[in-house]
Amino acid sequence: MNKEQIIENLKTIVQPYSEETSALAHIDENTDFINDLKINSANLVDIILDIEEKFNIEIDNDSMAKMLNVKATTEIIAAKLEARAGQ
Amino acid sequence: MDKRVVITGLGVCAPNGTTLAEFSDAIKKGISGISHQPDLEALNFSCQIAGKPELSEERISQYFTPLELRNLNSSGIVYGVIAGLDAWKDAGLTIENNDEPDWDSGTIFGAGTSGIDKFRWAINKIDDLEIRKLGSSVVIQTMASGVSAFISGKLGLGNQVSTNSSACATGAESILLAYERIKTGQATKMLAGSTSDSGPYIWGGFDAMKVCTFKHNHEPKKGSRPMSETASGFVPGSGAGALVLESLESALARKAKIYGEVLGGNINSGGQRGLGTMTAPNPIAVQRCIKAALQNAGIQAAEIDVINGHLTATTKDALEIENWKDALQLPAERFPYINSLKGMIGHCIAASGSIECVASILELAEGFIFPNINCEDLSAEIKALIPEKSIPKTLIQQPINILAKASFGFGDINACVIFKKYTHE
Repeated sequence: MNKEQIIENLKTIVQPYSEETSALAHIDENTDFINDLKINSANLVDIILDIEEKFNIEIDNDSMAKMLNVKATTEIIAAKLEARAGQ
Repeated sequence: MDKRVVITGLGVCAPNGTTLAEFSDAIKKGISGISHQPDLEALNFSCQIAGKPELSEERISQYFTPLELRNLNSSGIVYGVIAGLDAWKDAGLTIENNDEPDWDSGTIFGAGTSGIDKFRWAINKIDDLEIRKLGSSVVIQTMASGVSAFISGKLGLGNQVSTNSSACATGAESILLAYERIKTGQATKMLAGSTSDSGPYIWGGFDAMKVCTFKHNHEPKKGSRPMSETASGFVPGSGAGALVLESLESALARKAKIYGEVLGGNINSGGQRGLGTMTAPNPIAVQRCIKAALQNAGIQAAEIDVINGHLTATTKDALEIENWKDALQLPAERFPYINSLKGMIGHCIAASGSIECVASILELAEGFIFPNINCEDLSAEIKALIPEKSIPKTLIQQPINILAKASFGFGDINACVIFKKYTHE
């Protein structure tokens, strides 16, 4: 799965957590979950759970703490997918 | 100076009606909301009937965002939010998305426990070593104050936001706590109410204590029998009731519809001393509570037109009547009308007091006394205490001026509220 595909999936995942329709429509690598999408920080753990389910990966606590924006999140998902493929 | 406190909005989510209009019609007609519960039967409950509000997904979705609905598994929060928001709208108040909260409005919305189904789900996840799968929705739905937190967020309340808990006295207590807050000038409007979850995990403990009836599984609507000779335990119920309490001056200033006035009341405990125990009321405390409520409200016993009793359909019903009789000290033939809503909706536990208060306020505002159902075979013990005419079995349409509502709960606790019809001076 390439970066664009990951972002596209991510967009579907975060959509229910944000009411910022314009920021959602223009989601890209630079989008920040809290500042741009105004997602309640308590919901970040729910987004991680949705990501785990969608991509069939497991995200450790250290990675989780970094997943505050699309860029970091995409990189972590890509790395986990790669690690899984290599197993 | 103390503020006068009036009721300007009502909302209800009861087993026999989930809108005010539906509920008002049901209580006048004596319609039972008790039904057979397949899940209780499957789980080998002794009592397989219960009262549960019927809500469509469409109705629920009018009160919660899609995100809130995603992992919502707390029936008590659903009932409480529906009753609470309906009461707010009924009071002619709008739900605005202002940046600033409404500093003068708050809520005391009681509960016995919150989100018991959600709690069970979370416990199972934890025991299955899946703690990380809990997500963010467990705490907000299982904290006791979940219901007041949800309501407050929706209404933008900026005054006291709290959940009281005092077993079956919770609903009546919430009204008195809210009343005090307005009376003393600390708030202008308070949403008072209480809620109670549905389902086997909330009702199971009562079933095991053998305080619920097991004799009417084949005839649910006849199962809840307050004051009947054949009363054999209560039928568990669930739901929520909500009342907007407001200072009279605020209600008049905004030309609000006024349903009635809270004249006062009393809350006390028997201390589990004398005849009082964890589960049985100390009669001296019950009588003191009633007498103190009258005194606090500044009325005489003879002025009471109707009593809305606690009357759960256990063997304690006669003791309750005796307590009222001893507290009021009226000649038997002057005993007020007395009714119990539990015949129609069962015992809605923490929500019972508030749902029953909504019924009481409707009686005052519209001038009727709802019928007692399932007591065609009136208890002989009760008949020896008060005349049968005090226990109406059919709807009475007549203006009433003062109504006394009491609720009693485990822990030997009592609450009594005195309501008065509001005459538009």
